[in-house]
Amino acid sequence: MAHAIEADRLVKHYPGDVRALDGLSVTVGRGEILGLLGPNGAGKSTTVKILTTLVRPDAGTASVAGHDVLRRPGRVRRAIGVVAQQSGADPGAGGRANLVLQARLHGMGGADARRRADELLDRFGLRDAAARPVKTYSGGMRRRLDVALGLVHRPQVLFLDEPTTGLDPEARASMWAEIARLAGDDALAILLTTHYLDEADRLAGRLAIVDRGRVVAEGTPDALKGELRGDAVHLEWGEAPDEARVRAALGRLPGVRDVVLDGPRLSARADDGASAVPAVLAALDQAGAPVAAATVARPSLDDVYLRYAGRRFAQADAAPDAAPEPAAIGGAR
Amino acid sequence: MSGLLTGTWWMTQRRLSALARTPAVLVMTLVQPMIWLFLFGELFKRVVELPGFGAPSYLDYLVPGVVVMNAVSLNSFAGMATMDEIERGTMNRFLVTPVRRSAITNAGVVEQALSTAFQSLVIIALGWAAGARYPGGAGGLAVLVAASVLVGVVLAALSNTLALLLRDRNTIIGLNVMLLLPLTFLSSAFMAKGLMPAWIRHVAAFNPVSWALDAGRAAMAGDPDWGSVALHGGWLLALTVLTIALAVSSLRSYQRSQ
Repeated sequence: MAHAIEADRLVKHYPGDVRALDGLSVTVGRGEILGLLGPNGAGKSTTVKILTTLVRPDAGTASVAGHDVLRRPGRVRRAIGVVAQQSGADPGAGGRANLVLQARLHGMGGADARRRADELLDRFGLRDAAARPVKTYSGGMRRRLDVALGLVHRPQVLFLDEPTTGLDPEARASMWAEIARLAGDDALAILLTTHYLDEADRLAGRLAIVDRGRVVAEGTPDALKGELRGDAVHLEWGEAPDEARVRAALGRLPGVRDVVLDGPRLSARADDGASAVPAVLAALDQAGAPVAAATVARPSLDDVYLRYAGRRFAQADAAPDAAPEPAAIGGAR
Repeated sequence: MSGLLTGTWWMTQRRLSALARTPAVLVMTLVQPMIWLFLFGELFKRVVELPGFGAPSYLDYLVPGVVVMNAVSLNSFAGMATMDEIERGTMNRFLVTPVRRSAITNAGVVEQALSTAFQSLVIIALGWAAGARYPGGAGGLAVLVAASVLVGVVLAALSNTLALLLRDRNTIIGLNVMLLLPLTFLSSAFMAKGLMPAWIRHVAAFNPVSWALDAGRAAMAGDPDWGSVALHGGWLLALTVLTIALAVSSLRSYQRSQ
């Protein structure tokens, strides 16, 4: 088995001409955490649904744990653990009852199922709440139970679909620690989808950036950030400045490139941000477009996203259907 | 096959323990049939005096009618639980385990069958307390309960099919509103066949509620007509198998349409 997950040119349409996946390809090796990063509506969940046998793709092939998802869905189901966006735990039943049932559905015997349930309750700090109905759990406890449910049968491949969405910062930090522990297991491959840049940066060994149903960039978080030479310079005005003037002013400055103007916000790259900023501010002042705020930062995944998807992450996330063309001025592309 | 049996067993156990956690629901849904039983029983008491009605007391005639009407009413809401499971993500959690798809459907059928049987027995007991008599004895009552269970499973399967295909609660409520009265009043539930207008009699002959009642009443008579039990029970059984198959295939179609 070469890869834990291999998806090749997956295409999926939904009624109403929605193209959820547009030739998405991705591979995940054994013992690897791949982060599928993209805004809402980018196609992450559809990818997970296809790989977990819930949805049939219109075109393309995929195999999980060496089994074809279309031809051998039963074998795939035995090999995978799934933590979906929606909890799926039975709210009226206790945590232990949920775990035991899940184990039995995977064909485990009674004693084995109970032992495994207790082991996971301990590991996820749910022992005291084991008998309480799940509906009395906090959001973080519920999410930990969801992960435990996904691990009951010791899967080879684990899918974590937006595991920390809706969690408070504390619960999120503890979930991160838990996922990082899972990453230590060499036999387990994890496909993590997230629309949190910091989460992807922190947990994923490798990242695939998804935009409008395709993977637009792939690599380790560091390599992706490293491809962006220099620092990110972000400028902001009170209102959108005159584009031509800004372009002309910045065009005269050496070492400033990849300028993307998006309404009242501008992003650019500079070899040495700290020393470039005074020149940038002076040039814009002179051009009659005085800047309200300026920041310099090491490249972030947000910058990576901007570079490959052509728009800011937060903006794409807020309006997944709208695809505004940002004004690129004197950019490298 | 063993996978199907154990899968059905675990899925059923889950649903029954959910039922056991909220036994009040089972009792509360009995209020409506109680009202039918005593209201209709009082209001139409003297119908039996009509020549040709052919029953000694209207309550005797009414109990099977209310038992079957309750089965229709109770089970036409079965899709609501399925909607909950879809919306909560529980359905998808099961669909990504190796459990057989038909085990998921079967578990619903078994749960509906058991709660329908329980309610039918309660109605029969309350009818008896109110003065109804069952000359056919235990055998006759067993056939009535079995018939009510089959009608219930048919309605539950249809309700689940709607839930899986349309995923809309209003449609499920609509099924109840649209079907309950026509199904029961265009049947022999409350009025002897010989006294119905001809058109209603013809419609009733094709009504599964009538099949259940004809099978039940034929078995409950002092001198049971087992031929009629077999005929009407057979039709009902065939319809039950058909609707369960429909529910299983709609589960597969639900999976494809996600």
